[in-house]
Amino acid sequence: MLQRIRERLNPTDIVMWSIGGILLIMICWGSVATLVKGVYSTHHWIDFIIFGLAQGSVYALIAMGYTMVYGVLRMINFAHSEVFMSGPYTAYYFAAYFYRSGLLESHPVISMVLVFIISMATSTLIAYLLELIAYRPLRGAPRLVPLITAIGASFFLQYVFKGLYGSGFQAYPVVKALEGHLMVGPIRILKFQILVIVAAAILMVALYQFTQRTRLGKALRSVSEDKEASALMGIDVDRMISMTFMIGGAAAGAAGVLYAIMFKQVHFFMGFIPGIKAFTAAVLGGIGNIPGAMLGGIFLGLVESVGPSLFLDGLGIVAPYQLKDAIAFSLLVLVLIFRPTGILGERLAVKKA
Amino acid sequence: MNPALTQRFPGIRLGLIGGVSLVLLSLIGMVETFNQREIISDLISMGQTLLLLTAVFIAYLAAKRGREHGRAQVFGASITAGLIMAGMLTLLVLLGQAINMRQVFINASPVLFQILIFQQEELWAGIGLLLLAGALIGFSAALLCLLPHWLRRVITTGLCSVAGVGLLQDLIAPILSDWSLLADFTDLLFPGNGLSISGAVGLFIVVAALSALWSFRGQALQTRIKALPPQSRRGLNFAALLAGALVMLVLPQVLGLFLSEVMTIVGLYILLGLGLNIVVGFAGLLDLGYVAFFAIGSYTVAILTSPELGFFDWNFWQALPLAVLFGVLAGVILGVPVLKMRGDYLAIATLGFGEIIRIMVLSDFLRPWLGGAQGIGKIPKAAIGGFEFATPQEIYYLILAGCALVGFISWRLRDSRLGRAWMAVREDEDVAQAMGIELVATKLLAFATGAGFSALSGAIFATKLGSVYPHSFNVMISINILCVIIVGGMGSMPGVAVGAIALVGLPELLREFAEYRLLVYGAALMAMMLLRPEGLWPEATRQRELHEEEDAVRASKLAEGSAGPRS
Amino acid sequence: MKRNFALVVVLVLFVGLAVMTIAQAAPPKDPLGCVAIKKGQPIHIAYWMVVAGPDASLGIDTRRGIELAMADKGGKLLGYPIKLSGQDTACNAEGGQAAATKIASDPTVVAAVGSNCSSEARPGAPILWKAGISTVSPSNTAPYLTDPKRGKEYDGYLRTAHNDKIQGAVAAQFAIKKMGVKTAATIHDGSVYAEQLQAVFAEEFKKLGGTITAQEAVAPTDTDMRPVLTKIATGKPQFIYYPIFIAAAGHITRQAKEVAGLEKTYLMSADGSFSPDFYKAAGETAIGMFHSSPDFSAFAGGYKDFLAKHQKKYGEKPIAPFHAHGYDAAMMIFNAIEKTAVKDGDILYICRQKLRDALYATKGMKGLTGTITCNQYGDCADPRIAVYQQTADNIKKLVNPEVPFWKPY
Repeated sequence: MLQRIRERLNPTDIVMWSIGGILLIMICWGSVATLVKGVYSTHHWIDFIIFGLAQGSVYALIAMGYTMVYGVLRMINFAHSEVFMSGPYTAYYFAAYFYRSGLLESHPVISMVLVFIISMATSTLIAYLLELIAYRPLRGAPRLVPLITAIGASFFLQYVFKGLYGSGFQAYPVVKALEGHLMVGPIRILKFQILVIVAAAILMVALYQFTQRTRLGKALRSVSEDKEASALMGIDVDRMISMTFMIGGAAAGAAGVLYAIMFKQVHFFMGFIPGIKAFTAAVLGGIGNIPGAMLGGIFLGLVESVGPSLFLDGLGIVAPYQLKDAIAFSLLVLVLIFRPTGILGERLAVKKA
Repeated sequence: MNPALTQRFPGIRLGLIGGVSLVLLSLIGMVETFNQREIISDLISMGQTLLLLTAVFIAYLAAKRGREHGRAQVFGASITAGLIMAGMLTLLVLLGQAINMRQVFINASPVLFQILIFQQEELWAGIGLLLLAGALIGFSAALLCLLPHWLRRVITTGLCSVAGVGLLQDLIAPILSDWSLLADFTDLLFPGNGLSISGAVGLFIVVAALSALWSFRGQALQTRIKALPPQSRRGLNFAALLAGALVMLVLPQVLGLFLSEVMTIVGLYILLGLGLNIVVGFAGLLDLGYVAFFAIGSYTVAILTSPELGFFDWNFWQALPLAVLFGVLAGVILGVPVLKMRGDYLAIATLGFGEIIRIMVLSDFLRPWLGGAQGIGKIPKAAIGGFEFATPQEIYYLILAGCALVGFISWRLRDSRLGRAWMAVREDEDVAQAMGIELVATKLLAFATGAGFSALSGAIFATKLGSVYPHSFNVMISINILCVIIVGGMGSMPGVAVGAIALVGLPELLREFAEYRLLVYGAALMAMMLLRPEGLWPEATRQRELHEEEDAVRASKLAEGSAGPRS
Repeated sequence: MKRNFALVVVLVLFVGLAVMTIAQAAPPKDPLGCVAIKKGQPIHIAYWMVVAGPDASLGIDTRRGIELAMADKGGKLLGYPIKLSGQDTACNAEGGQAAATKIASDPTVVAAVGSNCSSEARPGAPILWKAGISTVSPSNTAPYLTDPKRGKEYDGYLRTAHNDKIQGAVAAQFAIKKMGVKTAATIHDGSVYAEQLQAVFAEEFKKLGGTITAQEAVAPTDTDMRPVLTKIATGKPQFIYYPIFIAAAGHITRQAKEVAGLEKTYLMSADGSFSPDFYKAAGETAIGMFHSSPDFSAFAGGYKDFLAKHQKKYGEKPIAPFHAHGYDAAMMIFNAIEKTAVKDGDILYICRQKLRDALYATKGMKGLTGTITCNQYGDCADPRIAVYQQTADNIKKLVNPEVPFWKPY
């Protein structure tokens, strides 16, 4: 018995597990120390969790685009963050117009739906063009080549939008109906947080059902399973890939408006950080796995909002919120040490990506 | 768009694409901004050149497409394209007159429309001119298309070099005027803003003549070199190599301050690229957190040498080995936990590592030891005896030595047993393991070597800059280096140098583009990858593999027979 | 045949040039040399600012200040056209170094405006001064750059932006003396500017007898500030000082109202977010909060005029806070050139040491940001910093308040 264990252990595993162990111990120690100190009440913790959920839902929606494209093409669509930016930035001008003309005040639902549609349409169009121009000619090229065109496209789109709309910050108008908060029992929730969480949840469930139930969704999944075989079955592979990009784009456009409702600002560089976070979320949940992307996004959002206070405060570290990304990425490494293919595992046909 | 129609009139589709591009160029403000820069004094500005070159290029494509439908179509197609492009700009101008587009598109200013209609007082006269210009562009593009090949090359080379010299005037003029004999020649060439007309014409004639000479004699010269006996050809190669080395040594003295600075930056990226090339290019491990080791190298030197923190008071040469050592250690420490991960899991885990390092360095928490947001300053310059590496021209030699060393090491590594093991892992991990390659050790060595090179680059970076700030080490650096090695040609060492020159050197030279620098960079990245997926200077074996595939595809297409060359 | 012809052309050119060289007159003497500008040639001013990348709005904003100053001069100085060329600095040290080197390598550059970020100036300013080029920064605030111990290599460096040391201290005095608070918290964004300002604030605040409950930090790209604000709320501060830039400051201002326990806390920021764009970003939540900024009430008319010109030329309001400083920096240089340039026939000579000395001698210049007077270390900003309060009226109109709420002098 002991002999077998000794045989199976190799030095790298030991190092790996001890790194994981140290991280875990630090996390537990920090959490216990914080809780013992008792600076934060239950209300505070609930607040943190709700903030995290709202932020995480947006990450999750963006992560869908990454994970779907990855499932089909096995590539990081680096320019997806610009797809995310283009929608709400364009829709801003309509939102501002609705605000000036008073439509936002008198018919908030209609105008918000319009803003959503415009944003999603723009993002979808950009995603479609992106695939057509930057990726389609490179089918069959080495794996890293499309990654570079994606990076190029990302720069290009950022600066095109900067040129078109300017480099300043634009502030989304405030929707009066979404101001203030609701009390759910003893818990105080801001109205727009409810909207963001609920809307994101509906969109994600709809998207998941779409890929699972409809004919088109099945075709999409079959393309990500095996391109040649699907082509033989009479599926237009190029069209399906375009479709994947467009669906991912629409999700990103919707996420963009939710983001704008939550944070009220749009800027040409706004996509970069959420983009990286969302891709991290996709990896965390397991690439190519749609429920995984949702779970990863929400997990990441929660870690960012709860983590610094919970893990670091007790250790007496100054300015812990500066370190929140460091915590998020450490946890990512931790998860990947114990589960090398993400929380829910990847769903890719050919195992080697 | 009806496909039959676009088939029949190839100018329409291209014209529409070109029109959209021109409208976009105008709306994002490039035309107006660059209009202040003259390419040829009082004749043509950079903004106009931009529009003109795009339009001619598109019209030329249309003409070429038209040639497939017979000679008459050449003019038809390119003039149609030219007119459509001018027409779309006209629509933009009319729209701009009708409504205030500036609420949304801030660059749709009256100045822009004035430029588009050639500063005419009368709107319709301007629009007439614009349409005329479109037709003329189409006509000349068609003429260009019908010219014999050599003449076309001579003319385009001449025009492009005039545009290039005009574009880079701020760069060329100071270098020329450094040589006192040429100083007044410079004044003649660049009297104020842009080339003088006589200068432009002279330049065109000289370049065109040289180009014509080359197109007639170049072939002969090449065949003559090929006809040489192998021994003297080897001698010629050796001589060329020696001459190259000599040129590298004296280059900074000739090129002046700024170009030397650019070369030092390119050199630092070559160092980084050679390191990442081992990790990504040789061993196939996608590392997006490579900047972490660069930061570790820089900060090690900064902490050990800067009197500002006051822990140590070493000199650069004492700190350098430690910096490299820390880099290697960090490479191993990162390598161990991520060894089991494959592909893009690895990419994102390493990206996280890079961010963790940057955030730690920035944090208030570690501020007493690492300087926090205020960075670390007063890093002394490297010195040998009394000689200090202070100016770019001097630091150049430090970097050149570093590049030579690292280049030599990675060249020897590539052809060693370890190098072959790396490549085997890159091609297929499972097979490599089955062949008896120790995966763990091989991968760790790749990480460690790459990290060491990066730390060396970081160390030089710190002494070159004299101060380090956390903001210098963001994820964009990692991405840039990755672009350098892929654009250069993955796994190819000369490719790293070519890639660094193309992606780091050129953008530095094009600082003129100011706010459009990154836009041009992004477009160039896409264009380079679409035109040359294998990279600018690919590794020989890799290129063969890629083309084998293509050849196979072509062969199978030919076998199908019925398809034939349709496009 | 063709080759021979080209050879002849080149030879003829060289001979012509040699003759012209001999015919030239000797320039006036200056320890650092003079720039000779012939009739029709421009006076070349260079800017080195961050005009690309995520911080582009800062550089574009300050550059517009320079461009408007040029326009106010009619694009000409002493009858010679002004040429403005520029380099992007990317808001990091290596970008500053490369941009400064490029400017230093161009012998036609008379003076420079820049940089934007203090980290750029640290390696960049000595390079420019080595080439004899003086530079005036519109937005560097780090104390080090004008410190008496800064070293001779910074002799050509001046700035119209405020030294953090003055501004941070004024904010602390305001909190204690005027508002009578005892506890305060600070937030910075990891930038050289904000980190320094909050440090100075905290130091002065403690010196005056207050208590700092927390010194927190966020990233400039952060959007969800509620967690960090919740954490601050547990310390129950009466005052929060966050001298950061528009985007993050907007998020904090908005979200502070949504966090339980901070409803009554005073909020204060600094000139980094004292701009209409911030009012857009923060909306009505900015009503009642404070900003420290130079007291330009005496020159408000000039500023209004400036805003009108800005709107006309660029189709929008200023996009970042330092455009007026950029305008003043350019005007300082123009004035100094007009004072020191020497005309000799058709040639205008601008001598570098004299220009530098004239810049340092700037005194009582009426600028958009106040009265500009340079001290011996190159600090030129008006030292009179006032505190402004945002009212419902000015937030709605998206303009800066006109009358200071409190003055320390």
